[in-house]
Amino acid sequence: MNNKQIKNNEINNSSTKKYSRSHEPIFWGLFGAGGMLTAFFTPIMILITGLLIPLGIINADNLSYQKIYQFTGTWYGAAILFVLVALPLWHTLHRIFHSLHDLRIKRGRDWQQVLCYGFAFAVSVFVFTLLLQMLTL
Amino acid sequence: MSKRKPYTREMKSDWWLKDLFYSKYMLREGSSILITLYSLILAWGVFRLSQGEVAFNAWMEALQSPLSIILHIVALIFALYHSITWFSLAPKALDLWIKGKRVDDKIIVTGHYVAFAVISLFCLVSILI
Repeated sequence: MNNKQIKNNEINNSSTKKYSRSHEPIFWGLFGAGGMLTAFFTPIMILITGLLIPLGIINADNLSYQKIYQFTGTWYGAAILFVLVALPLWHTLHRIFHSLHDLRIKRGRDWQQVLCYGFAFAVSVFVFTLLLQMLTL
Repeated sequence: MSKRKPYTREMKSDWWLKDLFYSKYMLREGSSILITLYSLILAWGVFRLSQGEVAFNAWMEALQSPLSIILHIVALIFALYHSITWFSLAPKALDLWIKGKRVDDKIIVTGHYVAFAVISLFCLVSILI
């Protein structure tokens, strides 16, 4: 090989070098969006569905089957419900994954990651499928 | 082979209990567990909704049990703690500049609380309509 060939090879090598992209930005984005949603919406949601209605302070008719079913049947209702139920999970499971490190649980770090994000993903798919079924177009 | 023997400081898993600052940090992270539980309760509600009126009403009735009420009270406290910590961190995430001047932290935090109040009120009103 002459010098020119070597130089060419070097250029080729550097241009075909594979850079592995981190997938952290996707999870980080979902974490941020979920955190924002949770901060603004979760307290009032817990207050309404978990306390005011079960304790009878707000009449249960306000969250009746007919009312919710109608709302869920619309595409915007389904979308809102999907985001409110699933998005917080991408925030909380991200935090739980990193808390496992804080708690010095070192074994199977990659499996911890698969389980944490996999859990958020599984519940999201579960809710998404149900809502899709209930859409009345 | 390197003969280097680096000293790694021992760190126990209860390090966060020994300093209030770190304990509060872990409490904030721990809020995730209860918020996860709440999301699962809602996901279950969607499932019951898909099964029909009887199933949905059974889910609504289950929410009236004392255990559920206690769980939701604790979850509410943790959720509020998450909101407070999230809003107090907001100026660090949201570096706002207007006319060459950095917007005061207090304005950003107050803005978040105002939005929080408006959203909460909006949710309450839209449920009641």
